[in-house]
Amino acid sequence: MTDTEARLDQIRGAMPPRPHNARTIAALTANPGCVRRAILDAAGVDKPRLAAASGFPAPFGQSRFAIARGNAFEALVKADGCAELLRLLRDKLGLPIPEASYADLEDVAGSTSLPVRHARTRQLVTRTAGSGADAGTLFDHPLLTLEVGGRLAYLEPDLIAFRLRDRFHVVEIKSFAAIDGQADPDKVAAAAIQSAVYVLAMRELLARSGRDPDLVADEVVLVCPKDFANRPVGALLDVRKQLTVLQRQLSRLALIADLVELYPPGISLDLAMDETGVPRRAASELAAALEIFPARYSPECLASCEMCRFCRHEARATTAALGRAVREELGGVEYVDTALRLADGEAKPGGGQHDAAALLRTAARLRAESLAAAG
Amino acid sequence: MSTLTALARAQARMADVAQRVATVRHVHIGTRPMVLVPLALAGEANAPLAALVGDDPATPRLFVVSQPRNRDERFAFAAELASVIVPYVEGFAATTEQVPAERGETRARSLDAPQLVLPNRAGIAFTRLLGRSTRFRRPDGDHPVDPAVPVLGRWLSFLTERAEHPGSCLMLAATEALSLHWASGQSELEDLNLATLLAWIDPPPGVGGAAAAAVGEDPLASPPAGPVTDPGFDNDVLAPLIDAFARTTEAARSESGASAELGHAAVRRARSALERALTGQLLPTWQLVWRALELLRELPAGDHVARRWEADRDAFTGYAAYLRDGGLPQPRRDGAVAAARRLNWLERAQASFAAQRAFDDPLVMAEYRMTGEAFAGQVVAADPGRVSEGAKRRVLRPWITVATADPVLVMPGTVVTSPARRGQKAQVISVTAAVAPGPVHPVMLEAGNGASGPALVALELSGGMGRGLVAPPGSVPEPGERVCYSTLTADYLPIAEFPPPEQTPWTHGGPPAPYEPDDEDAAEDWS
Repeated sequence: MTDTEARLDQIRGAMPPRPHNARTIAALTANPGCVRRAILDAAGVDKPRLAAASGFPAPFGQSRFAIARGNAFEALVKADGCAELLRLLRDKLGLPIPEASYADLEDVAGSTSLPVRHARTRQLVTRTAGSGADAGTLFDHPLLTLEVGGRLAYLEPDLIAFRLRDRFHVVEIKSFAAIDGQADPDKVAAAAIQSAVYVLAMRELLARSGRDPDLVADEVVLVCPKDFANRPVGALLDVRKQLTVLQRQLSRLALIADLVELYPPGISLDLAMDETGVPRRAASELAAALEIFPARYSPECLASCEMCRFCRHEARATTAALGRAVREELGGVEYVDTALRLADGEAKPGGGQHDAAALLRTAARLRAESLAAAG
Repeated sequence: MSTLTALARAQARMADVAQRVATVRHVHIGTRPMVLVPLALAGEANAPLAALVGDDPATPRLFVVSQPRNRDERFAFAAELASVIVPYVEGFAATTEQVPAERGETRARSLDAPQLVLPNRAGIAFTRLLGRSTRFRRPDGDHPVDPAVPVLGRWLSFLTERAEHPGSCLMLAATEALSLHWASGQSELEDLNLATLLAWIDPPPGVGGAAAAAVGEDPLASPPAGPVTDPGFDNDVLAPLIDAFARTTEAARSESGASAELGHAAVRRARSALERALTGQLLPTWQLVWRALELLRELPAGDHVARRWEADRDAFTGYAAYLRDGGLPQPRRDGAVAAARRLNWLERAQASFAAQRAFDDPLVMAEYRMTGEAFAGQVVAADPGRVSEGAKRRVLRPWITVATADPVLVMPGTVVTSPARRGQKAQVISVTAAVAPGPVHPVMLEAGNGASGPALVALELSGGMGRGLVAPPGSVPEPGERVCYSTLTADYLPIAEFPPPEQTPWTHGGPPAPYEPDDEDAAEDWS
């Protein structure tokens, strides 16, 4: 075990690690500068539990109905060796072959161990890539890996199809509807970045096996229900932009080893759970430990990170808590209090604050004057 | 987001209560608005679960779908909703007035128009899909529905489309209407939550905005305003109730005689338990929407509000007449020409809405003063009798000099207007930095150490002064008067020209096939 791993294990404490998944990796691109998130994720900390134990439970939950709907739709698409999906791929994407084989990689001879499953996926994928065969293959439940901040994460795309126009295509099945050819743009964007994570992982897999990574298409197949019914419809999604963003963020993501080095050893977020699973560690103690790792809170975190309420509370005096745009409009001044004191002329602008102070004073004058004019 | 609203948010945070970002009301609030609070089943494209609807805060009507995936129940729900919304909407078409139209003719305009108010933009999006999934249905054929269902679909489609027009008030989202007038001490994203936004604007007595907003965020204390329900409610309350209802219905079906009676009673009990639970989720939001309307109504209306409402009434009158004449439902997608025309229309509406708000409201105008597109100050010199040699004759062209502390970015030659004298144009002659204190407003001196010091702006006026060579009293600003000039124009912006649909160029797909809804549209799955 390396030093870094030992440090991360110590931070996590007694809980078993929660690995990265496509969603958490995609979320890294949303707020790459957040050290707290980077370290918690790298250490595999159970963030929902930690958030709850620190007094700020995550505001997320999943409705039974939504889960049922998602599962039902995926089952429908994959039923009978992906018959529906093949129809879609043929019609929509011109899959040229009449027959396609189907390989389920969910378990390998009964073993569901991740390394075993990944080895099997790798073996099958590289063999197919080298075969030059004409036959199409659908890999169900493939297991990929991606190195994130120096640690390995296992990823499970819905499906990978080979060969469509001589390329591997990642297939992403989503249960949000495309109505009259249009789906919710936010959901499509989220699906695109998630799929890009899989594309990247596939490319790394091929590169590691000495194959051409470009065998993986930078277009992914998004499958979702058409209109108000259950019938699937597919579309090709170009994820080149997402790939660029993702690669940049992953390379920028300081190596966790270097990051961890910056903080004193001995920090632990262990929840000290008793035998009934109830955390016994004081919330204040957890908060003090958490605060050592700086967060970069913005309201967007509320949609994606389990620690959001904790960080929001911590950041409540900052202008960034009101939104990144607010902070920018206030001349980048960090604290609400400072911004207002600069605006009133109570505080003398510090180094680099002169422009911001002038802006704020003008704004304060205009606001006061206009409110007074209106009576 | 502008610096002024950002500052207002910061002030709200510090004062622990929302701050005004408008001094007048910029939305029309009808005399008899109708509130609609819909809930949807999680995970589905458009599965209605329940709705509270009505035009009287004291007596909301509740409609519930007890088997959200059952097609018949969905259409029954749509028919129930139609029984309230359609008569409300169409009732406004009955009374019209004649207003002048082109070429000396007159045309009818409804005296008033419907106003459907939803809690938030997501509610409008849900309503749009509800309109989309019902407007093609037919009362006859293989899949007959209640005749009111397709009518409801067309009206909801019309209203949700109209809700995208800047300044239109036929359909409002309460959160958006409030945000136009108040800045909360939370972020824009958090303002999408009606309960927390209202908590900042109108906290309970003795409670601060932040504390009230925390309550508004707790799904147990303040159920979400929908259409998405709280996942905790779904899992712990709703799912067992729906299962129980399905179970009792199934059991009652297989019973006969006295046990059938018992079975029916069990079904009724299961249904009322479901209705109670959903009412509990809906009622708080229902009350919040009405509270929002009350708060908005208390603000004095801006000058242009009535005029924009006239445009809404015109649009409503037009669509009512179209439907009366048997008009087709809105197509699934616009053709190229229709889409381009609509975009152009929206852009023009956006520009004129922004300008009208600025003219009506000094606090909105201040945003333009901040960016240098407008300036306000005091007239320090005036030459009201200045006459200039025009091309054909001598014309009255008074000059005035305005001292302002605002950052002036307009260039000489630019034409600006004042909200107080909209018929009069003012051309910027020069902008110079003010040096001596003189008759300058005291605030300006203080601002002198800022990025932009006080300035003197010389303006040449034309128009709005009659035809003579002597300006009538009051038509030229006098020294000492406070004035405001901006580059904004609420003038008519020319409509871009587009080819008729049958001449759509090939680059845009060529002429679209004429739209005719078919049987397939009417029979479309809604599962």
